[in-house]
Amino acid sequence: MAFNTLWTQKLKSFFSLIGVLIGVTFLIAVVSIVQGMNVYMEEEFANRLVGLNTFQLRRMSDFNMGNVTEDMWKEWMRRPRINNEDANVVEARLGTPALFSRSCDEQGKVTVGNRSAKGINLNVVDAPYFQIKNYEFASGRPFTAQEARAGAAVAVIGAEVAEKLFPGVNPLGRTATVASLPYRVIGIIQKQGTMFGFSMDKFVIMPYESPARRQACRLAFMDELHVKSPTVAQMTAAVDRTEELMRIRRRLRPNQEDNFAIQTAAGALSGWKQISTVLFAALPGLVAISLVVGGIVIMNIMLMAVSERTREIGIRKALGAKRRDILAQFIIESATISTVGALFGIALGIGLAYLVKALTPLPASVAPWSIGVGVFLGVAVGMIAGVYPASRASRLDPITALRSE
Amino acid sequence: MSDLVIQIVDLTREYQMGEDRVQALKGVSLEIARNEYVAIMGPSGSGKSTMMNMLGCLDTPTSGEYWLNGQEVSRMPDDALARVRNREIGFVFQTFNLLPRASALQNVELPLVYAGVSSRARRDRARAALERVGLGNRMDHKPNELSGGQRQRVAIARALVNEPSILLADEPTGNLDSATSADVMRVFDRLQAQGQTIVVVTHEADIAAHAARVVTLKDGLVASDARQERIQAA
Ligand SMILES: Nc1ncnc2c1ncn2[C@@H]1O[C@H](COP(=O)(O)OP(=O)(O)O)[C@@H](O)[C@H]1O
Ligand SMILES: [Mg+2]
Repeated sequence: MAFNTLWTQKLKSFFSLIGVLIGVTFLIAVVSIVQGMNVYMEEEFANRLVGLNTFQLRRMSDFNMGNVTEDMWKEWMRRPRINNEDANVVEARLGTPALFSRSCDEQGKVTVGNRSAKGINLNVVDAPYFQIKNYEFASGRPFTAQEARAGAAVAVIGAEVAEKLFPGVNPLGRTATVASLPYRVIGIIQKQGTMFGFSMDKFVIMPYESPARRQACRLAFMDELHVKSPTVAQMTAAVDRTEELMRIRRRLRPNQEDNFAIQTAAGALSGWKQISTVLFAALPGLVAISLVVGGIVIMNIMLMAVSERTREIGIRKALGAKRRDILAQFIIESATISTVGALFGIALGIGLAYLVKALTPLPASVAPWSIGVGVFLGVAVGMIAGVYPASRASRLDPITALRSE
Repeated sequence: MSDLVIQIVDLTREYQMGEDRVQALKGVSLEIARNEYVAIMGPSGSGKSTMMNMLGCLDTPTSGEYWLNGQEVSRMPDDALARVRNREIGFVFQTFNLLPRASALQNVELPLVYAGVSSRARRDRARAALERVGLGNRMDHKPNELSGGQRQRVAIARALVNEPSILLADEPTGNLDSATSADVMRVFDRLQAQGQTIVVVTHEADIAAHAARVVTLKDGLVASDARQERIQAA
C-alpha cells in the first residue's frame, strides 16, 4: 500500500518531468552535435582536405552539399579544364608569394610482389605539394624538385598502403607497381586516420612529370592547381587575383559567371553551414513545443497538488501565511520540478552527445551556453506553469481549505 | 476598554445551503478581558465552532463587529488578516492540523517563518515553545511518531510560539482520552497562570470546569454567561 503510493508518486513525478526533460535533452544534444560538427568541419575536414590558407583552382567544385541540379551538372561538364598555361599564368602573375602544385588523381590498383590493393588514390603532384598539405613523414622523405622535374619513378605512400602492401617490412627503397610501372618508395606519410569513416591513408603520391600521370589525366590538363599563401590576407588577395586572371584568360564578360571553381576551406564549409543553419533554425521550435507540453503537464500536476493539499494550505493560512507566501511556495515547487527535469535533460543530452561521439565519426562537444539556456528554461517553464495553480492556492479561503478532505 | 482583548457586537454568520439560508450565529455579543479563561459550551450545532472561526479570523462574519485589541478586524483586507492570525491569534484545533511531513520543530517554526523571523531565532524560539509544553525531547519526531496528546501539545506550542494575545482552542481534547486530556488541560492552566488569555470550546463539563467563566450558546445565541469557581487540575 505504502509502496503503491510511492510508486504512483514516482510515476507522477516522472511524467511531470518528461516534457521539460525531452525539450532540454533535445536542446543540449542537437547543439552539441551541430557545434561539434562545426568544429570538426572547420578544423578537420576543411583544413585537412583543402588545407590552411590554401585554395584550389578547379574546373568545378568537388564539395557539393546542397542540391546539384541536372542543368548545373551539364554546365560544369561543358567547362574547359584547367591547363598548364593557366597554371603558368597564375604562378607568374599572382603578385603575392605562394607555393604551387599541379595535381591529378585517380583511383587505381597498386601491386607489390603478389599482393595488390585496389581503390588507392593515385596522385601526381609537384614537389611543393607536401608543404602545401603540411604532411608529416613517418619515415623517408618527399621527392625533390630535381626528381619532380625529371619525372623520376619515386613514390610517397600513405600509412595504410604501407601496412597492406609491405606487412612486416620497411617499404623504403622497395618497389611498388603503379599502372604497370615500377616506382621506388622513398617516403611514408604519418597516419591521417579517418574522416566520416573513410580512410585518409590510402594514397600513393608521385611526381607530376612521372609516367603514371598519363593514367590520371590527359597531357597539358590537370584536375586542380593547389596554391598556398603564407597568411590569410595573402590568400584572400591570391584568390581574387586568380579569379581575375582566369576571367581574362577565358575572356569572360562582366555579366558572365566564372566557368571555373576556386575552392577554399571556407567555401567547402558553405554547404555544411546551410545545413547547420537550418538545424539551428528548427531547434527553437522543437524545443519550444516540448517545453510548452512540459509546462502544461507541470501545471496540471501542480493543480492536482493544490487540490490534494488544500488542507495544508488552510493550515498555513491559519498560521499567518499571506497570499504571496502561498504563491511563492507553489511557484518554487513548480520551478523545482521543472528544473530537476531540465537537469536530467542536460545529463541525458550530454550522454547522447557522448554516445554519438563514441559510436559515429561525428564529434560532439557540449556547448556551455546550451547548459545555461537549459537550466534557465527549466526554471522559467516551471515558474510560468506554476503561476496559475499557485494563484488558485493563494486565493483559497482559510476555513474552507481547513474543512476540506 | 484597554484591558479588553476581544469585543464582538451583534455578530451573525449565515450559510447558504442550496436554496436555504442557515443562520449559524444569530447575533452574538461578548467581551473577553486580558488573562480571562473562558469556556464556550453548548449542544452540537449551536454555533460554537462558527464563533471560534470568527474569533480566529479564519472566517468573516455576515454582519456585526469584531474588535481585537482595539482594532476592528471584521472588515480587514486579506493580508492584514493574515498578519493578525500570525501575530495575535494562536489556534488549537480538535484534529491538531499538523503538517504530516514536517517534524514537531518544523511545525512549531511555521508561524515564525510567516512572521519573517530569521532561521536561527526561529529554531531557538520553537525549541523553547516545545519545552514549555514538555516536548523538549520529541522535536525531531514527525506527527505520526507522536501520540495524540503529544500531537496536541505540539499544536499548542505552535499556537504559542509567536506570543499571541489570545489562545483559541476548539474542542482541543475532543480526540483525546481522559488521561491525555488532563495533560493538555494542565498545560492550559499553567499558561493562564502565566498571563495567557484563553478561550476553549468544549462540551465536556470537567474540561469547562477549568475555566473561570462559562459562556453557553444555543441555536446561535448566547444562552448564559456565568463566572464560576475554577477546579485546578492536580
Ligand atoms: N460551512 C458550513 N456550511 C453550511 N452550514 C454550516 C457550515 N458550518 C456550520 N454550519 C452550520 O452552522 C451551524 C453551527 O455549526 P457549528 O458552528 O459547527 O456548531 P458547533 O461547533 O457548535 O457544533 C450548524 O447547523 C451547522 O450545520
Ligand atoms: Mg464544533
